[in-house]
Amino acid sequence: MKFRCSFFSLLTISLFPASLLAERSITNAQQLLAQNCLECHGPDEKHRKGGLRLDTFAGATASLDGYRAVVPGQPDQSKLIEVVFSRDEGSRMPPVKSGKTLTGKEKEMLKQWIADGAQYEQHWAYSPVVSSRPPEVKEADWVKGSIDRFVLAGLEKEKIKPSAEASRISLIKRLYYDLLGLPAPLKDVEAFLHDKSPNAYRNLVDNLLDSPGFGERWARHWLDMARYADSDGYEKDRARPNAWRYRDWVIEAINEDLPYDQFTVEQLAGDLLPEATPKQRLATAFHRQTLTNTEGGTDREQWRVAAVMDRLETTGSVWLGLTLTCARCHDHKYDNIAQDEYYQLFAFYNNGDETNYALPGSNAALSKHEKDKAVHDKHVADLEKKIKKLLASSKEAQTKWEEQTRARLAVIKDPVVHHRIKLGSLPKQDGYQFLSLEDGSVFVEKLIPDKATFALNFSADTGGKPLTGFRVEALTDSRLPAKGPGLTAHGNFVLSEFRAFAVDLVDPKKKRPLPFSLARADFSQDKCPIQAAIDGKNETGWAISPQMGKNHQATFRLTKPLPSEEAGGLRIEMAQLYGSRHVIGRFRVMVVSGEQSNEIVPESVRKALLVDATKRNAKEQKLLADQYAKTDSQINKMLKKLEDMRKKAPKASTTNVRVITQRRGTPRKTNVFRRGEFKQPMHEVQAGGLNLLHPFKPRNKEGPGDRLDLARWLVDPDNPITPRVVVNQVWSHLFGQGLVRTIDDFGIRGDMPTHPALMDWLAHHFVHDAGWSRKELIRLIVQSSTYRQSSAHRSELADLDPNNELLHRQNRFRVEAEVIRDLNLAVAGLLSDKLGGPSVFPPMPAGITSLSYANSFKWNTSKGEDRYRRGLYTFFKRTSPHPNLLTFDCPDSNVACVKRNRSNTPLAALVTLNNATYTEAAKAFARRILREAPAEDEKRIAHGFRLCVSRWPEPNETRAFLNLLQESRTWYEKYPEDAKTFADNTETAAWAATVRIMLNMDEFLTRE
Amino acid sequence: MNPIERHLLNTRREFLATSASGLGGVALASLLADEGLLAAPDKVGFKDPMMPNKPHFEGKAKACIFIFMAGAPSQVDLFDPKPKLNEMAGQSLPKSVLDKARFAFIKPATATLMGTKRTFKKYGQSGMEFSDLVPHLGSVADDILMVRSMHSEEFNHHPGQLQMQCGVSRFGMPTMGSWVTYGLGSQSRNLPGYVVLNAGRGSSGGATLWQSGFLPSTYAGVLFRTKGEPVLNLDNPKGLPPALQQKGLSTLNSINQGRFEKIHDPEIAARIAAYELAGRMQASAPELNDLSRESATTLEAYGLNREEPKGIGGRGKSGETYKDFARNCLLARRMVERGVRFINIIHASWDHHSNLDPELQYNAGAVDQPIAALIKDLKQRGLLDSTMVVWGSEFGRTPLGENRGGRKMNTGRDHHPFSFSMLMAGGGIKGGQVYGKTDEIGWGIEENPVHPNDLHATMLHLFGIQHERLTYRFQGRDFRLTDVAGRVIPEWLI
Repeated sequence: MKFRCSFFSLLTISLFPASLLAERSITNAQQLLAQNCLECHGPDEKHRKGGLRLDTFAGATASLDGYRAVVPGQPDQSKLIEVVFSRDEGSRMPPVKSGKTLTGKEKEMLKQWIADGAQYEQHWAYSPVVSSRPPEVKEADWVKGSIDRFVLAGLEKEKIKPSAEASRISLIKRLYYDLLGLPAPLKDVEAFLHDKSPNAYRNLVDNLLDSPGFGERWARHWLDMARYADSDGYEKDRARPNAWRYRDWVIEAINEDLPYDQFTVEQLAGDLLPEATPKQRLATAFHRQTLTNTEGGTDREQWRVAAVMDRLETTGSVWLGLTLTCARCHDHKYDNIAQDEYYQLFAFYNNGDETNYALPGSNAALSKHEKDKAVHDKHVADLEKKIKKLLASSKEAQTKWEEQTRARLAVIKDPVVHHRIKLGSLPKQDGYQFLSLEDGSVFVEKLIPDKATFALNFSADTGGKPLTGFRVEALTDSRLPAKGPGLTAHGNFVLSEFRAFAVDLVDPKKKRPLPFSLARADFSQDKCPIQAAIDGKNETGWAISPQMGKNHQATFRLTKPLPSEEAGGLRIEMAQLYGSRHVIGRFRVMVVSGEQSNEIVPESVRKALLVDATKRNAKEQKLLADQYAKTDSQINKMLKKLEDMRKKAPKASTTNVRVITQRRGTPRKTNVFRRGEFKQPMHEVQAGGLNLLHPFKPRNKEGPGDRLDLARWLVDPDNPITPRVVVNQVWSHLFGQGLVRTIDDFGIRGDMPTHPALMDWLAHHFVHDAGWSRKELIRLIVQSSTYRQSSAHRSELADLDPNNELLHRQNRFRVEAEVIRDLNLAVAGLLSDKLGGPSVFPPMPAGITSLSYANSFKWNTSKGEDRYRRGLYTFFKRTSPHPNLLTFDCPDSNVACVKRNRSNTPLAALVTLNNATYTEAAKAFARRILREAPAEDEKRIAHGFRLCVSRWPEPNETRAFLNLLQESRTWYEKYPEDAKTFADNTETAAWAATVRIMLNMDEFLTRE
Repeated sequence: MNPIERHLLNTRREFLATSASGLGGVALASLLADEGLLAAPDKVGFKDPMMPNKPHFEGKAKACIFIFMAGAPSQVDLFDPKPKLNEMAGQSLPKSVLDKARFAFIKPATATLMGTKRTFKKYGQSGMEFSDLVPHLGSVADDILMVRSMHSEEFNHHPGQLQMQCGVSRFGMPTMGSWVTYGLGSQSRNLPGYVVLNAGRGSSGGATLWQSGFLPSTYAGVLFRTKGEPVLNLDNPKGLPPALQQKGLSTLNSINQGRFEKIHDPEIAARIAAYELAGRMQASAPELNDLSRESATTLEAYGLNREEPKGIGGRGKSGETYKDFARNCLLARRMVERGVRFINIIHASWDHHSNLDPELQYNAGAVDQPIAALIKDLKQRGLLDSTMVVWGSEFGRTPLGENRGGRKMNTGRDHHPFSFSMLMAGGGIKGGQVYGKTDEIGWGIEENPVHPNDLHATMLHLFGIQHERLTYRFQGRDFRLTDVAGRVIPEWLI
């Protein structure tokens, strides 16, 4: 049985080598062996059966156990032929179990190949690029450039004429789709139709290549390969809010036509370039698009290794067209890549660490920041000047303070002593009630409001010693919830402010605030330090979580000691304003005498004070001046202002982006992993290239090489494979298929190029003549007659060249997910042309993101212009991508995608028929037509039709749409409420119901 | 017949075969008379990728309902009774075992075995044991194959779920449903061949659990929703009546047909067919969802009207989970009747690191009755023989209690890929047997280990597919659901 194969041509997936290849006998025999035999008889020594190797001449002709598989020139003596032709199922090759069979024709082909000497050629893709002279052709008139000579020569050999050039309208539509991914505006169509200059086509191409939309269109091709997304992937799949900076880098690089070699080097090793610019460092985000697993209980090394493997495998797919994944666990079964070589590549990435980089913003943001900063700096400088002046004018006061402080330090003999206070009558206030306990503490018996400011008046006897501070204890009590000390259910409290006053004994209304120089506590909650209780701000305070259920104490030191005789009338206020009963439930206040020098001034200041004023050095002078400033309320205020000002300095306009940076410190060693298992390291290997390609030459000849060497090795002009791979990728976007159909496989199981000489000529031209310029390559291809051919299928060639391998015409193919939406929004007049910036959230059906992990993600639909941005700006959440994208085969961004599928499903039809975004576009499209076109049905139909597909409708097409319009009108006239629900009024609704069908035409969704 | 005529004919045949407008029998029959054409659509011809396809050999199963319990239910509390575990509760594991094991959250130094609060009972002639949380499943014990010896390498949810769905835990791989519909197509002309139903909260894997990977998106699972339109974009835009949708579609077809006659690109024919099928889906899906013709007995049996239990619950509770899950089971049967090939019912929230007893009770309560009802219902309708019902998850849970820092000790269990249980019934599965055996505390496997690749190989076998031969060439390699391993387990087969 054959599993559905043939219909895949419909899905443009080629499963089998192109039929034309059957003609090339040598390579074809090798390919036959590759397709059918190498899994067991290939380079992978460990899994090789019977010691037979069929991918080399030496292996195939070796004498084994009494037989030789291949005896050149002697098919009859070749065991290979015997077993291939065997009628006995038990001995026939390939074995039945493998599911592979050879056709009679294929068997004959092997026989012939052996008869001819069994020559092995090096696989074409590993052989050096050889640029041959474009062949001579008969129909030279058709030829616009070298590409056409190669193609026409192939056609002439088969006696096929190329297709006629597509109409001018088709050409401009094609160029707009291919280069911008947008419909051609009518005025451009008109202009092109009427441009009689011989350069009209060329000028059009130049204009499109210069348009910023070109970068958006072609960036998306690259982003597929970069597996770009806006989230981490895996279960948690957290957002990566700055991922777009890399996406914008790609757009810019493509618009500026950064040559492909440089484009490569910057993305793979921008950080290693000498004096790397911020942009070059950003470019390394290419390899930060790997997934991140933050699920609970993950082994970080496991996922680091997984990311490194992804990096080298992506490099293999994108630059080499090779799948390296097989060689993770064993030698590659088909391509000659040893497992060790896989880990040689692994070594390059093993020392590129995942880091964040503060990337400067855009030029505009940078210049705004510079302006803001200048203004700010000036304010700061002014204030500093003021403070300096003030300090200078207070020299005398400072000297006095120094003397006082010295004196105060000198008399520190008194040890710190805490004294009980004599409470006056406890205040009776509405809302709370105190109970005085024997140990001098106060218990809060009742508290009605959920916040309070407790005030206590008292006196204290310090035994004649000056009063130096206050101490507050917050105490536990079994009567409190959670034992306290707070009144909350968990026991925490917040002391917002602590204030102390000296009260005039004669007139208790007169009170003098006592400032504090410092505060200390035995414990403070994170972000609620004790200093917050004396910062003058009610919204900050001291708290003690998670150490509830324990006693705590805080000391507040007076700036200036209070003589004992003035301690007769004291008052403290404890503001506890956080709310929800964050109030201390039991507390004790004590007064403090005695001091420790470091509570008066820091040790460094004390030492400076002891130095003779004339002998102080600059540092000491500054120390003292700063310390003094704190005691001067005016200066202190200004200092605080300065501090605040500095905090508010305009932030440098940077965003943190994920990049790769070469590991600092000891480099990691790289070992080969047994079966790819990171926990089973075997022998060590050094960084190095693949042996089947050109030699790897690190900058430092002693080696080992680094990523920069790797990048340069890839874009080395001697590299046979990368230029071919790149040219093929570009070609595939302009023809719907590559010259090598297996865009993702240039290995020996992949297809041969349909035009090997053209492939080489292009690859050589790209590197040596076009200087790796993407735009030059595209310009060259789209100007060819080959590209300009009509894409209509030719029934007379359905047998001879069914898959258009000879390029007897252009190809038709459905455009990508993002482009389909862009086309709709563009003809509707809704599409925003804003370039770059953070990813956006266009409307999405409800309930999609709730199926991602634990409903952890909200899709906050963008407003205004951002609803209508081009598709490539849509936020891509890996575990829950926008469904409209996936339905049209947008890759899931988990691994590099070199080639998109193009499916054709009913679900896709439902999107463009019924989805809200598309319906919205249809309505706007209808309004636009009603607005722009003359009020005649026929003219309006034509206008809409032309906006979609650039050409005029045929009469029968017009009739069909007029019919639909008429039926729609009839319906909505009969059911005006339906019209209102659908679109504005009867007429708009009828038009919207009609033109939505235009937006579904195959011709509109297809690049023709 | 020249090639272009031939492919026009093919295309036309396709229209007739699938068209709801019913241009009818005679023309179709005469077109199909040419068997050669039917058997092998030629290179330029167009064929619906979901056309039913013959398997490698006649398989018993025609459809599969895969009930995926994302998060990993605890097998020792549901299916694998371990009296010894209760005896040893509170003891630590031998160091030799602990050193080799890996944990997500358990701190091995202080971890101890945790007994189960459940009681187990023997059911049916087979005497298969089930815990008191799943008595309804017990009632169909003789139809069930209970596998107690599943194991996997993947330790974390998302990779584990990928392995169970795709055979390997890498991204970009097709899921089981994609492979099966790729291989066999679908019998249903009006509904997708591969459907996903989700009740309760989302899983770790999200949409990657029904992706088609490198296979065309034709083979991706189509999510049927419990709220709003059953399939995304199924409803006409508001204010656009079915009559105008019909007229619009026929206008579109005539325009596309005209283009096709000019351009002769079979892709246009494929697009016309896709739009026709879309139109038929619009008509069929509401009928599928309309349960008004199901009998009260049936609704009752599935537990469609059950209220969520009060007083217990947990992360999976939405208020509608019980009803939604029951409804999904009933919908699955209706889909099978209508020819859908593969149905994946996902129910997440089994990740009981803590609060295991009440939450397991809640979850088991949600799924026990509907699944048992589904099996009975299929059997009664004669569909069980050709419908495989599979119950399973990405891994199991530890016999050790979880002692993560800061949490109350031992109210939950950690991830356990070293041994876990799965259930299967129907589609050629030999019921009434327990396969595989774990050790006395349920840590390791003593007999008959089964890897997800073996499970998949056997499932494909039941469909008549040789797992080594269902391959797809991607980037030069022939991929398959069972990667490089997989063994059909003969004891499971009737």
